[in-house]
Amino acid sequence: MSLATAPARPTSEPVAFTQAKLPRLAPALVGVVAVAAAALPVLLLGWGLIAWALVAGVLYLVALPAWARVVEGPRGAADRMVTGLVWAACLVAIVPLVSLLYTVVDRGLPAINSTFLTYSMYRTELDQEVGIYHALVGTLLITLGAAVISVPIGIMAAIYLIEYGKGSRLARWITFLVDVMTGIPSIVAGLFAFSLFILIFGPSTRVGIGGSVALSLLMIPVVVRSTEEMLRLVPADLREASYALGVPKWRTIVKVVLPTALGGIVTGVTLAIARVVGETAPLLLIAGLTTRTNFNVFSERMTTLPVLIYTQNANPGIAETPGGTPPGIEIAWGGALVLILIVMMLNLVARVIGAIFAPKTGH
Amino acid sequence: MNRTSFRKLLAPSVAVLALSISLTACGASNEAGAESGGDTSEAGGLSGDLNGAGASSQEKAQGAWSTGFQGMNDGNVTVNYDPVGSGDGRTNFIEGGVSFAGSDSYLNDDEGELTAAKERCGGEDPIEVPAYVSPIAVAFNLEGVDALNLDADTIAQIFDNKITKWNDKAIADQNPDATLPDLAITPVHRSDDSGTTKNFTDYLGKASGSWSYEAEDAFPVKGGEAAEGTSGVISAVSGGTGTIGYADESQVGDLSVVSVKVGEEYVAPSAEGAAKVVETSPAAEGRADVDMAVDIDRTTTESGAYPVVLLSYLIACQTYEDQAEADLVKGYLSYIVSDEGQAAAAEEAGSAPLSASVAEQAQSIVDAISAG
Amino acid sequence: MATIAADQKTGPARLGDRVFSATALAAGIAILLALAGVFIFLAIEGVPGLAKPAEFYGEASNFWGYVAPLLFGTVLAAVIALIVAVPLAWGIALVVSHYAPRSIATPIAYVIDLLAAVPSVVFGLWGISVLARHLQPGYVWLDENMGWLPFFAGPASGTGRTILTAGLVLAIMILPIITAISREVFSQTPRLHEEAALALGATRWEMIRMAVFPYARSGMVSAVMLGLGRALGETMAVAMVLSAGGGISLNLISSSNPASIASNIASNYKEGTPGKIQVLIATGLVLFLVTFLVNFAARWIVTRNERKLAR
Repeated sequence: MSLATAPARPTSEPVAFTQAKLPRLAPALVGVVAVAAAALPVLLLGWGLIAWALVAGVLYLVALPAWARVVEGPRGAADRMVTGLVWAACLVAIVPLVSLLYTVVDRGLPAINSTFLTYSMYRTELDQEVGIYHALVGTLLITLGAAVISVPIGIMAAIYLIEYGKGSRLARWITFLVDVMTGIPSIVAGLFAFSLFILIFGPSTRVGIGGSVALSLLMIPVVVRSTEEMLRLVPADLREASYALGVPKWRTIVKVVLPTALGGIVTGVTLAIARVVGETAPLLLIAGLTTRTNFNVFSERMTTLPVLIYTQNANPGIAETPGGTPPGIEIAWGGALVLILIVMMLNLVARVIGAIFAPKTGH
Repeated sequence: MNRTSFRKLLAPSVAVLALSISLTACGASNEAGAESGGDTSEAGGLSGDLNGAGASSQEKAQGAWSTGFQGMNDGNVTVNYDPVGSGDGRTNFIEGGVSFAGSDSYLNDDEGELTAAKERCGGEDPIEVPAYVSPIAVAFNLEGVDALNLDADTIAQIFDNKITKWNDKAIADQNPDATLPDLAITPVHRSDDSGTTKNFTDYLGKASGSWSYEAEDAFPVKGGEAAEGTSGVISAVSGGTGTIGYADESQVGDLSVVSVKVGEEYVAPSAEGAAKVVETSPAAEGRADVDMAVDIDRTTTESGAYPVVLLSYLIACQTYEDQAEADLVKGYLSYIVSDEGQAAAAEEAGSAPLSASVAEQAQSIVDAISAG
Repeated sequence: MATIAADQKTGPARLGDRVFSATALAAGIAILLALAGVFIFLAIEGVPGLAKPAEFYGEASNFWGYVAPLLFGTVLAAVIALIVAVPLAWGIALVVSHYAPRSIATPIAYVIDLLAAVPSVVFGLWGISVLARHLQPGYVWLDENMGWLPFFAGPASGTGRTILTAGLVLAIMILPIITAISREVFSQTPRLHEEAALALGATRWEMIRMAVFPYARSGMVSAVMLGLGRALGETMAVAMVLSAGGGISLNLISSSNPASIASNIASNYKEGTPGKIQVLIATGLVLFLVTFLVNFAARWIVTRNERKLAR
């Protein structure tokens, strides 16, 4: 299907099998020249580093395709241009990430010590030290709860969409509504879970599991969509080979289709977790805030890291020394760093699991 | 077919799960002593959980109060305060979700909240006591200027975008010694609804003739720079040039603050000035004895009083069905309005301690809380 | 023997199939129910907010006047985010799947996934304290030199907390999800298609255009839709970064910007009285319907394209 659109090549001339090519070092050469040439106006006009990088990048993206156009022709020029552009996209995206990580590490690292990680905020005297242990526990448990709810539902729904309901009206509706679901603002999900729990368990309900329910509303569409995409890409040959051996459909799905798509599914689930683990608004409403550590998601309030970060930043208290950093701000940045580290670790674990269990394919 | 199955996947997942649970299943280091020390006979002798919700302005102060109260009871008590906001806190209280609420404005019957609160308290009038007083500073960031004197009219016109330059005559006349640049003024206001905005606009409306808007939680003037929360306003003011904004005095940090004209003198924000204006303000009309709602006298001419203040209340019932709940509410609220409680909040949150006469009246109301 | 084995298997196999497909169906229906639950909740709580007395709507006199600027702000910020993020995301996804050698591709993919790990509160903190401050001089420059464009009419914001900044923060936030899904679908392109294209003399870019993109189209679209959904619904980061309070305006660099629906709910929910909260929830209902419409449109475009391709 995909190759049908390829334009036919003109065949009037004899085709040369080798074309003129730029030397291998051409990109590096042009790069060095571009950086050097950009330095001239930058130094003359006194611009900053960012302007230098920008000018050099633009020069590179103009010069290399122009050279390639002369030597390799328009097709080669387009190819060089795109290569330059996609690499530029990478660099551009990494700039804010580095800035962000630098900010978080720079401001968060001083706050982190063993007390910070093992103490809760429960105090009996004002000058006692505090930590975020209770929020760490809350975040892990509530996110775990959300994953337990949404991963099975999400994966099974995707299986229905791809393997059973393909083309049916119901499947089309589910696909469509899952997309709609991605647009639910997190605070609306929180309000929904809040009203639901209040309706069922009475007005004083503040429980961790309520947070899990709200978060799973946000997780499910991501899990379904990414799983669906991955299942769709499993070659039909694999399924047919399995059917031909007399394997029932459900065993084919469990033993052939899911393992083949496992890498992508794990990525999707990880992303879904990463997306919800930092949510603030729904958890503030339904999971509440407490200074003590709570291990039971089914009863009483649970503090989570994002809520802690948000409230500490909103009301940071007063600094011990005039002009210093208020204690709440320190806790907020320290908590932010810990939260990022947690998700990084989840990411890494998911990747390792995905790599171990993905079947070896030709790719 | 290769034998990679989900059963294989299951084993390590369960292991990871078990590990993480066993890791997390030990309590925080600092709680261990409190939990094992089950001796409830000393000091306060209370135990259990007390839940409240409401104004986020009180959060730090509540942190200080709960700490003190928990200490008094040897760590057998936990006070939880959800800083969900005044409106939501009042709703939670009315629905019976929490035992007490913190609110930046007193209950009224515009939407039937006072009546509903009365119903929630078994037909008795709800208790409202002032707990948290904080001066609202008008802070600015202008190079070369450390202090400004402004009257309410000028402040109102600045925030109404009527005075747009720092070297405007109205500002210059009141500050003959300052070197004011020819720079645009960027007024910064809160983008979220807040009691701070309500109190600030209430002050502008009552103390100046040129502010035509109602006192509201949402800032009424369209356009201009807006920021989320007190910390947002502070970072916007300190991040910009020629900016001016309003925020809790305890949070302004290094920023310069405006001295506001009261009577014939200019008064800088201070805890004493704030407590003073609360003390001399008249009680709201038609309220029950247990309801200490105050209409703050924004036009006071009292020497040393600072009328731009935020006054935040605690709302509770006179009687609770449950004896333990009644004891906890009574104990906690009475600690809050006590001298130690107010001093703790001043240290931790920078609030202004209640003046003696107000605290005394509040104490007598709170002491009457009982189970019924 | 083979037939006997098959016969023996038929019973339990059929049962297993039935149970499995019923479970899958149930999961699908559970999603429908959850969504219906959210919708019903929004409708019950929100519909009374559509027709409140005028004082509930602030400056505007009725609900539609109240929600219009919010809706505009939501869409504007999301569109800015998509314009910036989608080309970047596809570029990065291509680098990871086709351009970079594996030893570079894996770290790049990991680093971009890291962005997804940053909680929105932290994006908000960073947006105010770093990004907005650095962009502010740029806005002044745009105002001075390109002020004739309605987008840059100014006056430039004094703090840089404009809707353009909010859009850029959103772009960074939705980058990982678009990248991750796109890169997975790109790398699933059948090797044979790619090699066939290269063997025909296509350059790498031509191979990607003719073999990779057509194969990945549906995945690329759903990646963008997921990103759009997140941009429309993002709450805390926008609430923290954006200087809200203006009306409908194409001016991207001034300090009075329209708020987004989600950030407006978050900002004003806290102090809301029950009547005001109904109004806020009604705006949530509007956002819900908008995502509905946007997805409807996107789906329609995709199916139309697929038909064209098939022809």
